[in-house]
Amino acid sequence: MFSIEIDKYNWDIEKQSIYSKTATDVEIALFKSNRTIEDFKALVSPAALPYLEQMAQLSRAITQKRFGKTIQLYVPLYLSNECRNVCTYCGFSYTNKIKRKTLTRDELLIEVKYIKSLGFEHVLLVTGEDAVHAHFEYILEAVKLVKPYFSHISIEVQPLDQHEYEALINEGVNTVLVYQETYNRTSYKKYHPKGKKSNYEYRLETPDRLGKAGIYKIGLGILLGLDDWRTDSLFTALHLKYLEKKYWQTKYSVSFPRLRPFSGGIDPVVNISDKELVQLICAWRLFNEEVELSLSTRETEIMRDNLIRLGITSMSAGSKTNPGGYVVDKQSLEQFEISDERSVHDIVKIIKKQGYEPVWKDWDKVYSCNYNVDELQKL
Amino acid sequence: MNDQLTIADKTFTSRLFTGTGKFSSSETMEEALLASGTELVTVALKRVDLNNTNDDILIHLNHPHIHLLPNTSGVRNAKEAIFAAQVAREALETNWLKLEIHPDPKYLMPDPVETLKATEELAKQGFVVLPYIHADPVLCKRLEEAGAAAVMPLGSPIGSNKGLKTRDFLEIIISQSNLPVIVDAGIGAPSHAAEAMELGADAVLVNTAIAVSANPVQMAKAFKTAVEAGRLAYLAGLPAVREHAEASSPLTQFLE
Repeated sequence: MFSIEIDKYNWDIEKQSIYSKTATDVEIALFKSNRTIEDFKALVSPAALPYLEQMAQLSRAITQKRFGKTIQLYVPLYLSNECRNVCTYCGFSYTNKIKRKTLTRDELLIEVKYIKSLGFEHVLLVTGEDAVHAHFEYILEAVKLVKPYFSHISIEVQPLDQHEYEALINEGVNTVLVYQETYNRTSYKKYHPKGKKSNYEYRLETPDRLGKAGIYKIGLGILLGLDDWRTDSLFTALHLKYLEKKYWQTKYSVSFPRLRPFSGGIDPVVNISDKELVQLICAWRLFNEEVELSLSTRETEIMRDNLIRLGITSMSAGSKTNPGGYVVDKQSLEQFEISDERSVHDIVKIIKKQGYEPVWKDWDKVYSCNYNVDELQKL
Repeated sequence: MNDQLTIADKTFTSRLFTGTGKFSSSETMEEALLASGTELVTVALKRVDLNNTNDDILIHLNHPHIHLLPNTSGVRNAKEAIFAAQVAREALETNWLKLEIHPDPKYLMPDPVETLKATEELAKQGFVVLPYIHADPVLCKRLEEAGAAAVMPLGSPIGSNKGLKTRDFLEIIISQSNLPVIVDAGIGAPSHAAEAMELGADAVLVNTAIAVSANPVQMAKAFKTAVEAGRLAYLAGLPAVREHAEASSPLTQFLE
């Protein structure tokens, strides 16, 4: 379990180590091919900022070698904004007095048909954590409902038990995103004072449960803005390294959500500038050539347009972060404010303009579900 | 010169096989593949929309001289591979299959055990199986016995562009094989392709080096030329490489 592994590291000592990296450390990291955790520390350190252009050039070349000139497209579909957790940075937080909504079967299908009509093949189902409305059975039912429409199903829901993940995988779930938000225990407790999410260990051990359940892909990440992003990214890198060795049949992705405003929420405690975000993305690519790097519509148009060429491999587009946001209830409360509000068709044009191919489909039901040929033909 | 390559029921003039992934657009892919002269292209089943007859990748591959070689990229074991093969045969109307089983999504290393199992079963089901494997001479012989139509050993890790890091093993495979040997994966430059052909490989498969080039069409032409040059050199017979200079006064002259 990573909860045991992480105890080998001390937050303050690691932080100190990152901030004491020098230009020489950065140059060593730039000029080698198999980069270590120490190299990653150097590349995210303040000492690496003057080397940003070199990092970007390398990041682009390495990404193209592995992923080609392609960008994968996906779309989030929020099923429910019910949530029993108190998270001080989130629009769905229990104490935030908003109108709550959970999509019914019929509403879900209306939303599904709309996003399908836009061309999406990869859907990300999202819920808050609520044992009454958005419980495991609801999520399982939702997966069964959307399965005939998409070739790739990802979910971003509350952490579940291993047998629940096994059931979801069996129904066709390919990817589970579970962000630790912050690896700093003290900060974690501060931002998650109440609800199931306040259990740091259970969340931290979620990728282990997923690995044991045989999931195809796990998405990791932190919420940039909660604690020192350099140290938190180092812990994410340690987590990934641990998982890659232990669950070697699983694929991994990393995301870079920056804290976004919502009504009544907190401001970022630690800001990460645009320049530093680019540094972080390039550092990740130089550290791990195979990991998928994903970018959401939290980022601005100019950032998204330019990050296409710098290491990102998948993007959401035309997103709504409120349940029913595409068709059935456009006014329901969103989780956070979107920065890039352009339609998916505009994003496709931008990707092509940058010399990349937008990829709608990179998975097939035949790999995820226990179908036989006859059943598949019916679908 | 009649130097065609026959695999199962098909005969090829071009010994350059290509992939279809990683291109900046389907149009660029089509143009590069036409420039390469390739007659066999692999298509990842997972990338194709099997319900759509106007799938963007497939319509750009619709040329009489280009044959499709569906691949099972993404499957993790023999069971999944066999199922994917059946779906590919239905959807793409070909019994040809590039069998790729890599349970490891990071380095995409082929699983020899599952590949052998799947080859046995698929050959029985009438597939023309081209398994992608490590450069393992014994495994190649086992696959031959299992009914493979050709073997596709890797030159170096896929997408790495590192060339023929497995050269010594490829030489053994080529000398032992009764099946066509197609060197797949890791060929990053036309010189690597020429090297494989000079060794006596029957064909090479190239994707990343063409797709990711700043000028894919020109790079495709370069690979076409290199593969032809390497093949010609092989047929002509390369002179042996000498480790040392030959003494002008032979040591055994006194015997004459």
